[in-house]
Amino acid sequence: MSSLNGPKTLLEKVWEKHVVQRETGETPAILYVDLHLVHEVTSPQAFSELDARGLKVRRPDRTFATLDHSTPTAPPGADGKRPYVTAEAEAQVATLERNCAKHGVTLAGWDSDDRGVVHVMAPELGLTQPGMVVVCGDSHTATHGAFGALAFGIGTSEVGHVLATQCLLQRKPKRMRVTVDGVLQPGVSAKDLTLAVIAEIGFGGGSGYVIEYAGSAIRALEMEGRMTLCNMSIEAGARAGMVAPDEKTIEFLRGRRHVAKGDRFEEIAREWLSLATDDGATFDKEIRIDGAAITPMATWGTTPDAALPIGSVAPTPANDTEAKALAYMGFEAGHATTEYPIDVVFVGSCTNGRLSDLRAAAEVLRGNKVKSGVRMLVVPGSEAVKKQAEDEGLHHVFKDAGAEWREPGCSMCIAMNGDFVAPGKLAISTSNRNFEGRQGKGARTILASPATAAASAIAGVLTDPRIFTQPAQEAKRA
Amino acid sequence: MPEPFKQLVSRTFVIKQEAVDTDQIIPARFLTTTTREGLGKAAFYDWRYDADGNPKANEPLNTIDASEHRVLVAGDNFGCGSSREHAPWALTDYGFRAVISTTIADIFTSNALKNGLLPITVDKDTHARLMEDPGGRVSIDLDKSELTIGNNPPIKFHIEPFARRCLIEGVDPMGWLVDRVPTIETYERERAV
Ligand code: SF4
Repeated sequence: MSSLNGPKTLLEKVWEKHVVQRETGETPAILYVDLHLVHEVTSPQAFSELDARGLKVRRPDRTFATLDHSTPTAPPGADGKRPYVTAEAEAQVATLERNCAKHGVTLAGWDSDDRGVVHVMAPELGLTQPGMVVVCGDSHTATHGAFGALAFGIGTSEVGHVLATQCLLQRKPKRMRVTVDGVLQPGVSAKDLTLAVIAEIGFGGGSGYVIEYAGSAIRALEMEGRMTLCNMSIEAGARAGMVAPDEKTIEFLRGRRHVAKGDRFEEIAREWLSLATDDGATFDKEIRIDGAAITPMATWGTTPDAALPIGSVAPTPANDTEAKALAYMGFEAGHATTEYPIDVVFVGSCTNGRLSDLRAAAEVLRGNKVKSGVRMLVVPGSEAVKKQAEDEGLHHVFKDAGAEWREPGCSMCIAMNGDFVAPGKLAISTSNRNFEGRQGKGARTILASPATAAASAIAGVLTDPRIFTQPAQEAKRA
Repeated sequence: MPEPFKQLVSRTFVIKQEAVDTDQIIPARFLTTTTREGLGKAAFYDWRYDADGNPKANEPLNTIDASEHRVLVAGDNFGCGSSREHAPWALTDYGFRAVISTTIADIFTSNALKNGLLPITVDKDTHARLMEDPGGRVSIDLDKSELTIGNNPPIKFHIEPFARRCLIEGVDPMGWLVDRVPTIETYERERAV
């Protein structure tokens, strides 16, 4: 670690500000949490633990809850009842509603325009801010690192710790910097960059680290693209990913509900800029990637790092695990993954369910049809995204193309609400995990960008979206 | 609180696969529960049961005596993926008390330690030896942080010292934190949060 007064990394600056009690050989640091996000799946047992001990939520003002994982994405039926997948799912939602009411925690529930996938909702409301420590019982909490926050997922026991004390016991993580320089080619999205980064680090390669993403290609990303990138840090094994705040961060947050206003905002914004890693600060590990060399990416296996440029052939397995992955996916080594007919396309999730993602998918889909036999589901990441998309008429583009336009939620990303890919079916998904059975028992998942998902929906096979977005160039090449 | 953990002597159960993620350990559709109990039946569900929900006869996880196989040995990068604490809840309810691999995911490690499931990482050679001898006998001494395979000399392993103390002495981390609320209040006053 750098000396106390020497140059510091973004991570160190945020970390040090939140140390309530320093770590020693015997005990971890007590780390203060500025923002605790809660959802229905990983919280019930934590609230029960509080109840069993007769404790209250210590800082309900720093705790925000939403409903997203177990919630149906089909609207209520004629009887006004929401079509929950099981009574247990409904009971889980009711449990969070009860717990929030009892403990005075704000819940973006069914009746709220704020409701959304937890990692989509919090940035929209300006709850997530640079320099904060943000936690949630959810591994994709890393998303919030896009703002220069230290944001990571915790288990349910730790959810209980934060509810009860607003603190966590933590050891300081190691520092990794991933620098992506160069200009992304036209038609190459943040998701393609993300998949390329994970393929480079390797699944598990980031274990024990917090990643700082730096370089001109990262600076050039809009906030939503940075969220896509940080979101998937866990897929490289890192608990958190961070991007230093800059003018884009400030402009994104200006005027949002939970952010300071007026002069106070300008003052805070200056503090945010000072969080950037100092020149000369050192990292435990450095990785460099040429952004200009990245092309649209898709996965071929059952881990998110098993990604290659679209058009590549499935590789010859290097070991039993890769052979099993290939067999599960039904791909043959030496054959391009663009040869296999797809059954389902899912656009959504906290990785790619924001407005810019829906725009990218709609741009490709406009005036085209989803291939017959392919089911395409578009699920906005939040009520706000849904409203904005509808204001722009994107829902018409999707519906006219033959896609389903759904209510916000996690949906087919985790397939616990009744939206799932049937056994053996092949899906292109804009979400973050292609694990066996992630999108339903026996479901086969190819991870890709929203534009790729849309292009593939039209073609019925995995397809490079640039043939739709850059027809002129394509003609030249032909 | 899990029972204090000092020593364990058991046979191993070996899963050869690498990157056994939390969706394998417990599929998401079992996460709608609001309690911690009874998740052992959901452990590795999609490996253990066929499409109709019948246990597969040729699946060792269905046929072994779980009380005899309390140490799970798995391929590299075990427990990657989700933060669901349901994963260690399912594994401990099934009967496991320790997991051994070359690398174990950060959040899984943290969750396991809070539930009396010991996550032990070992070097490649030790791992290879364990992988090649499914059902072999191992003993784990948490006091000494030692793993002994068969009659071989013991091997040291590392467990985060505070988590280790919690397991051995039955210290409750939540209670420990709650006891420090006055310190936390001082911090809040100083930072005006
Ligand atoms: S969208 Fe998927 S990854 Fe994101 S919070 Fe929901 S289930 Fe988790």
